[in-house]
Amino acid sequence: MTAALRFDPIRLPPECEQLRKEVRAFLAEEIAAGTFDPHKPNREDTDAPEFSRRVGAKGWLGMTWPKKYGGHERSFLERYVVTEEMRVANAPTRRFFVADRQSGPVLLKYAPENIKMDILPRICRGEVCFAIGMSEPNSGSDLFAAKTRATKTDGGFLINGTKIWTSSAHIADYMIAIFRTSPPTRENRRHGLTQFLVKMKQPGIEVNPIGQITGQYEFNEVVFTDHFVPDDHMLGEIDGAWKQATSELAYERSGPERFLETYYVLTELVRAVGKDPDTRSAEGIGRLVAQLHTMRRMSVSVAGMLQAGKEPVVEASIVKDIGTVWEQQLPHRVRDLAAFVDTEASNHETLENQLSFAIKTAPKLTIQGGTTEVLRGIIARGLGLR
Amino acid sequence: MPESENIVAETAEKIFADLADAQTINRDEKGAWKAPLWQALSEAGLPLAWVPEDCGGSGASLAEGFSVLSAAGRFAVAVPLAETMLAGWLLAQAKIASPEGEMTVAPASPKDRITLNADGTLSGRARGVPFAKSARHLAVLASGNGGFSIALVEASQCRIEAGLSLGGDPSDTVMLNNIRPAIIKPAPKSFDQNQLMLMGGVARSLQIAGALESMLEISVRYSNERVAFEKKISKFQAVQHNLARLAGESAAALAAATSAADAIANSPSFNDEVFLEAASAKIRCSEAAEKGGGIAHQVHGAIGFTIEHILHRYSLRALAWRDDFGSESYWAVELGKLVANRGADELWPLVASR
Repeated sequence: MTAALRFDPIRLPPECEQLRKEVRAFLAEEIAAGTFDPHKPNREDTDAPEFSRRVGAKGWLGMTWPKKYGGHERSFLERYVVTEEMRVANAPTRRFFVADRQSGPVLLKYAPENIKMDILPRICRGEVCFAIGMSEPNSGSDLFAAKTRATKTDGGFLINGTKIWTSSAHIADYMIAIFRTSPPTRENRRHGLTQFLVKMKQPGIEVNPIGQITGQYEFNEVVFTDHFVPDDHMLGEIDGAWKQATSELAYERSGPERFLETYYVLTELVRAVGKDPDTRSAEGIGRLVAQLHTMRRMSVSVAGMLQAGKEPVVEASIVKDIGTVWEQQLPHRVRDLAAFVDTEASNHETLENQLSFAIKTAPKLTIQGGTTEVLRGIIARGLGLR
Repeated sequence: MPESENIVAETAEKIFADLADAQTINRDEKGAWKAPLWQALSEAGLPLAWVPEDCGGSGASLAEGFSVLSAAGRFAVAVPLAETMLAGWLLAQAKIASPEGEMTVAPASPKDRITLNADGTLSGRARGVPFAKSARHLAVLASGNGGFSIALVEASQCRIEAGLSLGGDPSDTVMLNNIRPAIIKPAPKSFDQNQLMLMGGVARSLQIAGALESMLEISVRYSNERVAFEKKISKFQAVQHNLARLAGESAAALAAATSAADAIANSPSFNDEVFLEAASAKIRCSEAAEKGGGIAHQVHGAIGFTIEHILHRYSLRALAWRDDFGSESYWAVELGKLVANRGADELWPLVASR
C-alpha cells in the first residue's frame, strides 16, 4: 500500500459553536420572514439573490480567504459549520454555493491580481453567481476529451463549441471552464486544455435550459460562437489545466453537501414515527443515523486535514463515494421504513411529497461532480492499484 | 500502518510485530505463541493500561489504551488483552485494585444481568463472555440494592461452559450461583450497564477497524501479486472498484471507532452525544465487518477460504466481534429509540454536536 488512510477524530473548536448558533438564528429569521420553506426542497425559488447578499453581509462567504479580497480569514471548520447548517435547513444556496466552494479558490490561486480584486470581494458580498464549464456533449466523465476550442486572437481568445449539463448557467455571472488550446500529445492525452474565466451574459454565449426528471431546470446547454475572452482571463498555465484540476478535488468532494442532499426525508420519518417507534422503525432509524454520523465525522476529519494544509484527495474521494451512495439510497430506505407509518400522522403529506422529490433527485447524486466510477478509480490509484 | 499516536501504542505494535505475526500463529497449532506474547504484554503493563497506578496498573490514559486496541485489531490478536483492559477499567471505577493475570468482564451482553443478592452473593448467567475459560478473574457488574455494584470474582468459583466465537476464540457461558465475590464495592452513582456495554462496544469497534485495515492491506498486496487472464488482477477495473469499496468500509470503520474513542476519552459523562458516538461506532463497524470482509474474501478467491491463509484470522474475528457487548441490531434499536424520543427537530443538533 502506498499510504494508510487517515481519518483523525477532529473536534470542532469552541468558536464553531458560537457561529453555529448565529447561523441557526439567521436561518430561523429567514424562514419566519418567508424567504424559504425548509420542508419544501422541491421549490422553484432556489435562486434567491437577496438571501445571497444577506449571507454575504453576515460574513459567511469567502470565509477562509484573505481579507484583502473581502474574505474573513476564518478556518475551514468554521466554513464547514455554515455549509452544513445551510444544507440541513434547505436554504436557497444555489446563487453563491459554487462560487464560495470552488470558483473563488481557483481565482485565488490562478487569476491575475486585478481580476482577484474585482471579483473576489463581490463573491464575498453574495453578488455574483458562478457556473463550472466542464462536461461537453461527447465528454462527461472523460474530462480530457473536451473539444470546445479557445483560438488565439488579438488580445485574447475566441471560444467555439458547447458545454453541457452546466448547473446555474442561466443565472450565472461567470463561468470557469476548460477549453482546448492545443491538441493532446502522444505522451499525454490530458495535455492541451486551459482553464479560463468567462463572463456570462455577453455576445457569443447562448444558454439553453434543459429540463430534469425532477421537473426543475437547473442545468443547461451553453453554446459559444466566436465568444471573445481577454488574455488576462486565462487561469494558470496554458495547456496545463490537467495539473490544476486534482488539488481542487479535495475541496469539492468531501463537504457536507455530499451526503445531506436528501437528509430532510430522515427528519420527516422521525417525525412521522413519533416518540414511541416499533422495533422495525427504531432499528431502521438507528442504522441510518449511525451511518450519517459516521460520514459526517469522516467529512469533518477531511475538513480538519484541509485546515492543516494537507491534500487528502483519496480520503475526500472516499467521503464522496460513500456519501453520495448513502444519500441516494436514503429516500428508498425511508420509504421502506415509512410503509407502516400511520397515514393519519400530521406530517404524512409532507413526507410523501418529500419522498417523491427525493426519489426523483436520487439518480443524479452519484453522477454530478465526479461519478462513482471515476471516484473509485481515484481511490484505486491511491491504493497503488493503477 | 498509520504512525502510532503514542509510546504506549508503539510498544504494543512492536510486541505484536515480534510475537503475534499472523503467519507464524496460523501455523502454530499448539498455541505455543500465546505464553510469550502474554508475558511480553504484561511486562509492558499493557493489560492493565487503564488501571491507575494506585490500583496496581500502569495508569495510561483512555486515549492511549484505545490506540493499543486499534493495534490489537490490526494484528487480530487472540489473547484476552482487550478483555483484561476492560476488566481493569471496570474495577477501577469502584477503586478496586486489579490482580495479575488474564481477566474478562461479565456480563458481556446487554441482555444478561448479574444480581447482587441480599446476602452479598452474586447470581446470574452471562453468555458470550470472551475468554472466560482462560481467565483467572472476572470483573462483574451486578445490579441490586437500588444500584450497581462492581465485583472482583475468582473464575474458579463460577461454572463456565466453554464455547467458541466465529473467530475460534473462547466465548463462554458463565454461571454465578450464589458466588461470594473476592471484593465488591458500589459503582459510581451514574454508572450503569449501558456504560460497560458501550465501552466494550467501542473496544470491539476499534478492533474491527484495525482488522479491516489489515484486510485492505493484504487484499491490495494479493491483487498486485496474483495473475489471471495474463495480468495482475489489480489491473481489472472490477477488482479495483471492489478494493475501493473495501477502502471505504475500512475508512468508515476507522473514522467511527476513533471518533467514539475520542468522545469517551474527552467527555466528562456518558451523555446523549457519547451514546450516539459509541452506538454508531458499533453499528457502522459491524456493517463494515460484513461488507468489507466479504470483499476481502472475494478478492482472494479460493485461497482466502483455506485454513492455511491468514485472511480468516481477520475476517472471522471481525465478524465475531460484532456479537460482543450488544450487536449492531441491538444498538440500532436503542439509538433509534433515543432519536425518536428526542424528536425530529432534535436529530440534527445531536448529529452536529461535535
